[in-house]
Amino acid sequence: MALSRDDVLKVSLLGRLSLTEAEQQRMTEQLGGIVDYVAQLSELDTKDVEPMAHAIEMTNVFRDDAVRESLPRQDALANAPHTDGEFYLVPAVLGE
Amino acid sequence: MPPYTTVIGLEAHVQLLTASKLFCGCATKFGAPPNTQTCPICIGMPGVLPVMNRKAFDLGLKAAVALNCKIAAFTKWDRKNYYYPDLPKGYQISQYDLPFSSEGFLEISDPKGRFETKRVGIIRVHLEEDAGKSMHDEQAGTADSKVDLNRAGVPLLEIVSKPDMRSPLEARAYLTELKLLLTYLGVSDCNMQEGSLRVDANINLHVPAPQEKGGKIATPIVEVKNMNSFRSVERALAHEAERQFEEFQRTGQRLGQVPKQTRGWDDTKDATYAQRHKEESSDYRYFPEPDLVPVAVTEAEVESVRRALRELPAQMRSRLAKTYGITAYDAEVIVNQAQPFVDFYVDLAARCGDGKLAANWVLQDVLKVLNERGIAIDKYPVSTERLAALLARVKSGDVDTGRGREVLQLMLDQGQSADEAIAQLGIAKVDAGELRKLCEELVAANPKLVADVKGGKLQAAGAFIGQAKRKNPNVDPNRVKEVCLELIQALP
Ligand SMILES: [Zn+2]
Repeated sequence: MALSRDDVLKVSLLGRLSLTEAEQQRMTEQLGGIVDYVAQLSELDTKDVEPMAHAIEMTNVFRDDAVRESLPRQDALANAPHTDGEFYLVPAVLGE
Repeated sequence: MPPYTTVIGLEAHVQLLTASKLFCGCATKFGAPPNTQTCPICIGMPGVLPVMNRKAFDLGLKAAVALNCKIAAFTKWDRKNYYYPDLPKGYQISQYDLPFSSEGFLEISDPKGRFETKRVGIIRVHLEEDAGKSMHDEQAGTADSKVDLNRAGVPLLEIVSKPDMRSPLEARAYLTELKLLLTYLGVSDCNMQEGSLRVDANINLHVPAPQEKGGKIATPIVEVKNMNSFRSVERALAHEAERQFEEFQRTGQRLGQVPKQTRGWDDTKDATYAQRHKEESSDYRYFPEPDLVPVAVTEAEVESVRRALRELPAQMRSRLAKTYGITAYDAEVIVNQAQPFVDFYVDLAARCGDGKLAANWVLQDVLKVLNERGIAIDKYPVSTERLAALLARVKSGDVDTGRGREVLQLMLDQGQSADEAIAQLGIAKVDAGELRKLCEELVAANPKLVADVKGGKLQAAGAFIGQAKRKNPNVDPNRVKEVCLELIQALP
């Protein structure tokens, strides 16, 4: 099953992570180990088992449509690396 | 007719009319100062637990039932993973393989008959959360974009149509009907300016090619975005169809030979422009949202939603046309103004006992004032009771339509009743003898006009109306014309 270096590169691109050569190597081994571990499940015969959509056997949990107080803006922005006091500031988002 | 068939499918996102967000109690009010309607749940702090807003689910269910969809007995939510600065959690809670509804349709028609009435298939309707909003001010020349997360977590309904539309006009009709349906149901206000209705379109062409299997060639599908009004949807699609045909003639490229392209619409340049290529859907790495439990809906529940549905716009149109004897076109215009306007019309028609007369006045005079003043029907200054009193006088022939308009103007300007305004204008019914006498005088005094009419220039008789009105403003212009023509014909 083992994961390929290309798989790791693709996942790191999607995750917006830039990995060094050495990290790519390590991640390929470690993630590959995890995937192989989980892959043991495919040894089971699941022909007559219904797919499970969710791990919890509970349905229909709702809340009423009631407004609750939001965070004060300064608290909401408190953990952001950059803000102007009103907005989060992030590296330029262009082309949308 | 263009030498190809245009094939269009639309994906609409509408904001549901809830007071709070989909998974937390933050308000959804539009226009609040940036980042003042957020909490740890909607900005993705660790350790929080989203809980589904019941009203959002119920509104979604109502819309899906009205769109003739099959409702799933069991539905769940999934994480759609991608990184973007306006998506604080790094995933959007959406629905992937088990949406709560699918396989519906919406019927569209054109009262002007420019296309045949048809059903546009609905592939699926699902419930998801909105992302925040990022803005980049290029003028300011700063390196940063600003992010406002007030909208993050607001409930959205995604409504995906089949590629069943065959012209930009049909696409516009679909959106108009969808908006009308959802606003009638109170599901969404569908305000495009405030972003509570957003539309993306998939479009390609089928070019006839008798030598090909199936007799046609399909061009590559393009997704068009950034259309901010129904008018711009229609224009963008018309433009894009032409562009694709030009490109096809130049390159011969077919569906499947190039990756799907995304193009944005620029309203000011009247053109679409290429955007980044869309990520493959498998790249979103969907998996079941572990923090939310699934929802099961019984057939009895769906049935009770269906029974509780109010009259839908399409049914309302045919009822108005049937009950009041008005044209399909008039019924369409009335219903398309939304519910309070329909109520006004129905009340007026009932009070004056003449649906056609009521439709004429409502569609011409009332609508004109609403448009001029930029007000809704509930702010229209004349009540249906008072307007009906005026229409009764018009119907009885006491007041002709032209003078009736003067009366209504006075009622609008000075808040008078119909009788008061009629008295103030000195309108009195002119009896037949009086009218005939007046016409005889006019015919005698205008030998030149008489000769013109005799000579076949029947429209010259119109000149008698002005003269008659000057002598007695109460005369009915149509009667004046009729009587004058009669008198002239009788002359030797
Ligand atoms: Zn919140």
